[in-house]
Amino acid sequence: MSPEDFNFISTLIKARSGLALTPDKAYLLESRLMPVARKHSHNGLEDLIAALKARKEESLIIEVVEAMTTNESFFFRDTKPFDLLRDEVLPPILEKRAAKKHLKIWCAAASSGQEPYSIAIVLKELGAQLAGWNLDIVGTDISHEILTKAANGQYSQFEVQRGMPIQLLLKYFDKKDETWEIKPEIRSMVKYKYYNLLDKLSPLGGFDIVFCRNVLIYFDPKTKGEVLEQIASLMPEDGRLFLGGAETVLGVTDKFEPVKGQRGVYART
Amino acid sequence: MKTCLIVDDSKVIRMVAKKILDELGFATEEAADGQLALDACKAKMPEAVLLDWNMPVMNGIEFLRALRELPSGGDPIVIFCTTENDLDHIQEAMTSGANEYIMKPFDSDIIQAKFQQVGLI
Ligand SMILES: C[S@@+](CC[C@H](N)C(=O)[O-])C[C@H]1O[C@@H](n2cnc3c(N)ncnc32)[C@H](O)[C@@H]1O
Repeated sequence: MSPEDFNFISTLIKARSGLALTPDKAYLLESRLMPVARKHSHNGLEDLIAALKARKEESLIIEVVEAMTTNESFFFRDTKPFDLLRDEVLPPILEKRAAKKHLKIWCAAASSGQEPYSIAIVLKELGAQLAGWNLDIVGTDISHEILTKAANGQYSQFEVQRGMPIQLLLKYFDKKDETWEIKPEIRSMVKYKYYNLLDKLSPLGGFDIVFCRNVLIYFDPKTKGEVLEQIASLMPEDGRLFLGGAETVLGVTDKFEPVKGQRGVYART
Repeated sequence: MKTCLIVDDSKVIRMVAKKILDELGFATEEAADGQLALDACKAKMPEAVLLDWNMPVMNGIEFLRALRELPSGGDPIVIFCTTENDLDHIQEAMTSGANEYIMKPFDSDIIQAKFQQVGLI
């Protein structure tokens, strides 16, 4: 690929999704965009890029941006954060909201739904403690295709085994042929919608707990900082943010600080 | 180093499992059926057992029930690893004293996730 083409396509993708592509990641363009090129009967990436340049066709741009997202996810990813949610993060937050009985949680990069459903199961397992509570779990993502999968709540045997403990699998999934389908009681706890983290986030409303895991790693430091600052403004003072294992706020924003003894959990400053 | 007994009548499966468990830092032993596995446990209780269901001589569920009757037979964490993937089999395994359940085919991500959940790593 010529440097001009790389420049054009990486600038377009970064502007639309935040994904920062360095030239050493050019192979990712090849592997992700060749299927898009073929689908539109282009011979190769050069032709696809030429088409993007010639006609600023919105639907094609969206397709390209979505094809470049990495949607890998697991149930109870890294295990520990979900234990911390149940044992450390939720108790004080629930106590403070005991009068209103309203809790709002946002999964800012929900992907195929494993994370929001894991959170829903954690809440469900708390049982009577949350009786009468109004629980909002919102899952958003930039990929329409992955959101459709999330809302369907159907997973392969491979997917459910990546993180879903067998007892919870038996309890909260129905087996339909070779597919495992999340039960309506859990599925109905999560609302999915399209949302781009680069857009103004205030229309989403406020959230007590935000999961923004394994998405900021794809952004450059400036974009990371901007997104985190916007997220902070949606959260009350005692709100908590969860980041992925390879992510941090240190050197990125001063709106959050790590919570001592709770790896991956951040408090507003 | 924690020990894991790999019980499967397929040599290939035992080899694949051994390689994954080696990488996760386990010392492994192997047994080709339930009876051999039971003998191995009587000689020395492992911390973990990765257990196939369908095997000659003594199958996995028979082994599990016999194991749980042994002195300190309640100690090992037993993870089934079988092509049986229907709810009845899974239920039966869990009520017979299994700790986790893997449906074949598996890969290292799945083994790692399951071993993490039961607190072995
Ligand atoms: C690797 S997945 C992380 C899924 C889940 N949070 C986890 O940790 O397992 C990253 C997700 O971020 C989404 N994403 C990427 N850029 C985004 C943006 N600008 N706005 C919203 N979502 C975005 C991708 O579509 C993808 O589904």
